[in-house]
Amino acid sequence: MTDVAMSAPTNHAPLIAADGVPLKLKLARTTRRMKWRAFLLTVPLVLFLLIAFVMPIGEMLYRSMHNPTGSNVMPQFSVAIQDWDGEGLPSEEIFKIFVEDMTAAKKNREVGKTIGNLATRVNYEIPGSRSLFTRTARKTKNIKEGPYKEALLALDQKWENPVLWRTLQRVSKDYTLAFYLAATDRKYAENGDIVSADPLYQIYLPILFKTIWMSALITLFCFIIAYPVSYLLSTLPLRTSNLLMILVLLPFWTSLLVRTSAWIAMLQTQGVINNIMVYLGVITDESRIQMIYNLTGTIIAMVHILLPFMILPLYSVMKTIPPTYMRAARSMGASGTYSFIKVYFPQTIPGIAAGTLLVFILAIGYYITPALVGGSDGLLISNLIADHIKKTLNWSLGAALGTILLVVVLVFYWIYNKLVGVDNLKFG
Amino acid sequence: MLEKTKTPGFIALLVATLLFLILTRSFAGTFGFLIVFGIPYFAMNDLPPYATLQEKIGKYAFLSVCTIIFIFLILPILVIIPLSFNAEPYFTFTEGMMALDPSAYSARWYADILRFGMTDPDGTENWWNDMWNNATWIRAMRNSFFLALVSTLLAVVFGTLAALGLSRPEMPFRSLITSLLISPMIVPLVITATGMFFFYGRTMQGIIPGYENGLAQTYLGLTLAHATLGVPFVIITVTATLSGFDRSLIRASQGLGANGWTTFTKVIMPLITPGMISGALFAFITSLDEVVAVIFLADVDQRTIPRQMFSGLREQISPTILAVATILVLMSIALLTTVELLRRRSERLRGLSPG
Amino acid sequence: MKLTKLLASTAVGAAIALGSVAAHAAGDLTVVSWGGAYTKSQVEAYHKPYIAKTGANIKSEDYNGGIAEIKAQVEAGNVTWDIVDVELSDAIRACDEGLLETIDHSSLPAGDDGTPATDDFLAGTLYDCAVANIVWSTIFAYDKTKIENGPKTMADFFDLGKFPGKRGLRKGAKVNLEFALIADGVAAADVYKVMETPEGIDRAFAKLDTIKKDVVWWEAGAQPPQMLADGEVAMTTAYNGRVFNAVAGEGKPFEIVWDGQVWDLDLWVIPKGAKNKDTALDFLKFSTETKQLAAQASYISYGPARKSSAPLVGKFHNKDIDMGPQMPTSPANLANAVQNNFEFWADNADQLNERFNAWLAK
Repeated sequence: MTDVAMSAPTNHAPLIAADGVPLKLKLARTTRRMKWRAFLLTVPLVLFLLIAFVMPIGEMLYRSMHNPTGSNVMPQFSVAIQDWDGEGLPSEEIFKIFVEDMTAAKKNREVGKTIGNLATRVNYEIPGSRSLFTRTARKTKNIKEGPYKEALLALDQKWENPVLWRTLQRVSKDYTLAFYLAATDRKYAENGDIVSADPLYQIYLPILFKTIWMSALITLFCFIIAYPVSYLLSTLPLRTSNLLMILVLLPFWTSLLVRTSAWIAMLQTQGVINNIMVYLGVITDESRIQMIYNLTGTIIAMVHILLPFMILPLYSVMKTIPPTYMRAARSMGASGTYSFIKVYFPQTIPGIAAGTLLVFILAIGYYITPALVGGSDGLLISNLIADHIKKTLNWSLGAALGTILLVVVLVFYWIYNKLVGVDNLKFG
Repeated sequence: MLEKTKTPGFIALLVATLLFLILTRSFAGTFGFLIVFGIPYFAMNDLPPYATLQEKIGKYAFLSVCTIIFIFLILPILVIIPLSFNAEPYFTFTEGMMALDPSAYSARWYADILRFGMTDPDGTENWWNDMWNNATWIRAMRNSFFLALVSTLLAVVFGTLAALGLSRPEMPFRSLITSLLISPMIVPLVITATGMFFFYGRTMQGIIPGYENGLAQTYLGLTLAHATLGVPFVIITVTATLSGFDRSLIRASQGLGANGWTTFTKVIMPLITPGMISGALFAFITSLDEVVAVIFLADVDQRTIPRQMFSGLREQISPTILAVATILVLMSIALLTTVELLRRRSERLRGLSPG
Repeated sequence: MKLTKLLASTAVGAAIALGSVAAHAAGDLTVVSWGGAYTKSQVEAYHKPYIAKTGANIKSEDYNGGIAEIKAQVEAGNVTWDIVDVELSDAIRACDEGLLETIDHSSLPAGDDGTPATDDFLAGTLYDCAVANIVWSTIFAYDKTKIENGPKTMADFFDLGKFPGKRGLRKGAKVNLEFALIADGVAAADVYKVMETPEGIDRAFAKLDTIKKDVVWWEAGAQPPQMLADGEVAMTTAYNGRVFNAVAGEGKPFEIVWDGQVWDLDLWVIPKGAKNKDTALDFLKFSTETKQLAAQASYISYGPARKSSAPLVGKFHNKDIDMGPQMPTSPANLANAVQNNFEFWADNADQLNERFNAWLAK
């Protein structure tokens, strides 16, 4: 009862609840219980998302720097090579272990532990070295005794290259930053320094910047288009605006694939718009305009798809602005333009922030539309990630690119949270 | 009076339309012209009488721009409906279609939805069975609806519970937890799908009984993925219905002797039901429309409608896709109508709107 | 309560849907191939006689090449594809990475003339995990009603001055670099020697640069004939069988130019742990018998991988067209031809595709 003792000098006894517990304590307890109750309601979903969503993303982060191919394929060698100082060639002992491991690995047919896996992994670092591994592995079983170094060099002179061994030393470590280097168009030079990749082979950073730049452009277009429409919707009588709102909401509710097919039908060279222009004589049949399978098509389709995400927040903010403010400004002699800029526009800034950030965040990770209508120059970073996961099978590089994109998106999500607050997200 | 002020503008519009017709000699073009410039004209009625000519022109230009934007929003979606009745295997209007020649229209692509992939589309024996089990689009539809139903159910149950917690004033770490629960909508789908591709595949092997090989290429894995993506929508819609909720109603019901369950079913439930249903519809349409997770996680047998459309658009564009798209558009219209009606009902219930 | 009712009915609906989804038949042999006219030729020549002989059920799936799907299935331990038709470089890589079952060549049936299988198959068509069925080729084709006095050589394909109009090319580095070098005057036999050098690669990209702005890229084999038919492109690279079938089957006025063709193999592989592994192997043996391989050649113009099949190759199945001259392996067509070098591409595909993507994005 230290509480009571401490409060005694203040000269009035603490309020006591009916069961003899001080009211302050009891209130605190109830508050705590209510807090727990509210929290417990969210627990099932939080756990569900942890398992179904957060942990998968965690695994992606982990895989972007954890690639145990080296130690899986050559367990002994990957340990032994770490003692090598990187000067000249490794010792005869290491060569012996290498040959033995390679012979053993050649027999291994377990997925992830074959010579092919190691060859692919090293090929990422030294393009063109893949066949050296598969070719050598077919013959190492004939090397029965030492000196192993000479025997291996006799199989293929390329093994004399110290760069190869330094790369093997690096690849033998389970944790690596090599894929982040690749994802930022850099690589290890022959002496182990980090250098930029040949400009002709630089693809990831340029595409990342292009993605950000294009998202910004799409956001700008969405804003320019959405602002007047939202203004109109917010000033019309409720019945009319509800009716027009359907024109905004219908695209929002229509499948992304449907809208993308619709744009292909509209924009392709034999499509609706080109046909109409030929029919009207604006262009000739030979000079049909290429509007899809390029950057233009991607931007048009994405602006259309993301537009509702701009209109809805703008509209909900504009609806709350009383029209009397503008009228007051006008009656005090301000011109239409002046009162718009000084009175109306500043009040819509919360809506602008919400809409632009949301559209920007959604645009930056877009995959489907660029994949279908992007053609040659409309590819975005998401398409490269999917390519590495589904086509080239360089999963670690895909994961590293994914992590970089995730960081970019989370930064903007954090800004969104600070400026707008995620509880202000609404649909319709 | 009104008629009188409108007359000069009306004449101007007619003259402009006629000029356009003479210059282009195209009725379709003139019709478009009339829509773009006629609609704003008829919408110009609430200008104060003291408005200057400059303001009138400004307002007219503004309305024209808005009309064009609305057309931009809705036209691509409407255009595919007639295109899906094309008799030719093209994605565009043929001469015959422009001339409204009935033989240029056909429902063959709708028949194709049923027939494509069937072992014997012209046979009579076991036709229905064959169609139900083998037709590619029918299989895709069954997969889509199954996934959408189950994942919506999961998303609504978990999402509603969490939304109830989040909307309590005493909720701790509210903004942190809300950001987490909304994040499946924010994180790019490719990243989510990549993570799930890794995690559901190898990491989950041997963890769940009955799924010793992990969750990749299983309906359970796809359901979890789609439920995850549907959760933010349920959270957003249900918290929105609770935002104007008068919490004294709960105390009133408790004061009248109702226990927790009765309070929930009699007081809270009726209020959040519209939010739950629109959240459910959002989750449903999200799952129905989702294709990235399906690309990464699904087996060929588990292909859904959008997945089938995706490969169709990439490989062999046939108007069958437009026929499927038309059906989807009609479904969206039905869902949108439901959501709109629910929203109005909810606003009425909470006394937020006069109607 | 209304909501409980709603939930209950949804649950029941879901359960019914689940039941119907899970009812998918097990035990069917799943054969995966490239779709379109090619799969159709296999269905006619392999599947139908096999079904007639054994009574097995065959489910045919389409895919777009690559080993991603096989890898995903094998790693997930849930292999639903029983036998897959793949390109040589993919077969080699998948085999190296342990994704495929090994195939004992001595168990393959002898040719109709009694030659043991290992001698009857063309040189370089049998691998540890893969057995070739056909020889196919990437060629270029044009619509002869639209271009009079059409192109004759690969150099013409790259000559926008002489033959204006859009060009279709497969999106990727493979084959395009070979084509570019041949068009630039490199002899077919030296193409890979030139490509081994960085200057050779620069030269190929420089040649591609000259037509880049007029290229429409395709990804699936079914696209190029359609692009030609729609008039999207004036000429396009394509798989020879697809173009031939558009001509013979649909009467399209396309013309194939064989100069500079790059030919390759398609092979059967069995993913490791396939559910119907034994049936798959049986199907593999059956479909690569002399008769079946020859029969396929009457449905599509791809060359059989067995020597003993060659004399049996006759006419197109429903038209009076001799198939012999339509084959990539016909001597006239091989005059200036390149065999795709799988080892070069296994070594360099990653790097060159990166460069290709960078080049494309510029």
